[in-house]
Amino acid sequence: MENQLIEKIKESNFHDKIVDVRSYAGEMTIVVHSQDIVAVCKSLKEQFGFSYLADISTVDHYTDENRFEIAYNIVNMADRQRLRISTFVEEDDPSLDSVIPVWGAANWFEREAWDMMGIRFNGHPDLRRIFLPEDFEYHPMRKEFPQLGIPGTLEMPEKDPPKDYK
Amino acid sequence: MGLEKALAKQGFLLTKVDALTNWARANSMWPMPMGLACCAIEMMAFAGPQYDVSRFGSEVFRFSPRQADLMIVAGWTTYKMSHAVKRIWDQMPDPKWCVAMGACASSGGMHRVYGVVQGIDQFLPVDAYIPGCPPRPEVVIHTLQTIQEKVKKEHSVLQD
Repeated sequence: MENQLIEKIKESNFHDKIVDVRSYAGEMTIVVHSQDIVAVCKSLKEQFGFSYLADISTVDHYTDENRFEIAYNIVNMADRQRLRISTFVEEDDPSLDSVIPVWGAANWFEREAWDMMGIRFNGHPDLRRIFLPEDFEYHPMRKEFPQLGIPGTLEMPEKDPPKDYK
Repeated sequence: MGLEKALAKQGFLLTKVDALTNWARANSMWPMPMGLACCAIEMMAFAGPQYDVSRFGSEVFRFSPRQADLMIVAGWTTYKMSHAVKRIWDQMPDPKWCVAMGACASSGGMHRVYGVVQGIDQFLPVDAYIPGCPPRPEVVIHTLQTIQEKVKKEHSVLQD
């Protein structure tokens, strides 16, 4: 079933955009360039029936080139197939196009990727932080961020209750 | 003591105000369950029929801070949650006591990361710490008794 999918993808109209196909432990990953991500996602959804975006995850490889990896885990409900689309962005400009036009579920996933890893998604309608306070300056899942954080960046409650407290 | 005997015959009891109030407070602890993680499950067992904390004078869990006088912080407290915990603590009427239940509430425990407060004593006055991950209900009962001992030694209400 996996092989059939690989064959079909190799014959598809976006086969030239695929850089690499990996298969490990029964999980299939296709690697694409970050500028092709929306086109490939759209084709996979419309032609291959991958209607469900399960998750977007990010990896900080901490390398000079291709530092951040962004992985889209997608599911074809009808055929019970899973596929991972992987793409890389550079440290000096960690940005790529948003896939919200393809899957609406990407909205909060991309906000999380921005919050935790600092990856910008162009065309996102509301790219705010999702977990951390809006005035937090760092992206804590990056390798250079210290494990115990930076003292004073997250607010602790006041010792005394506010004077006008009711 | 002539006075005591004379009063006892008429059905009166002679005691100190402090002793009476502290005795009453110590034996009617109403905990505010601040269950934040898996310690809350052990805290529920501590109140449930198996361990039955009512035997030791801590009758009911109150989910309203206005009716509680013992806050049991059970679980890891993030910086985000710490504001809510402090707000609930501020809403509890005096006199009140606080227990840090488990390793996470006491010191951050295994959550040694940027988002978790490394011990709730950084923003709350903690009276007793419970070790364990999670602690067994017996230890929570023991801590309750420790708090009761502390309550019985409270300073005089007349000095307030």
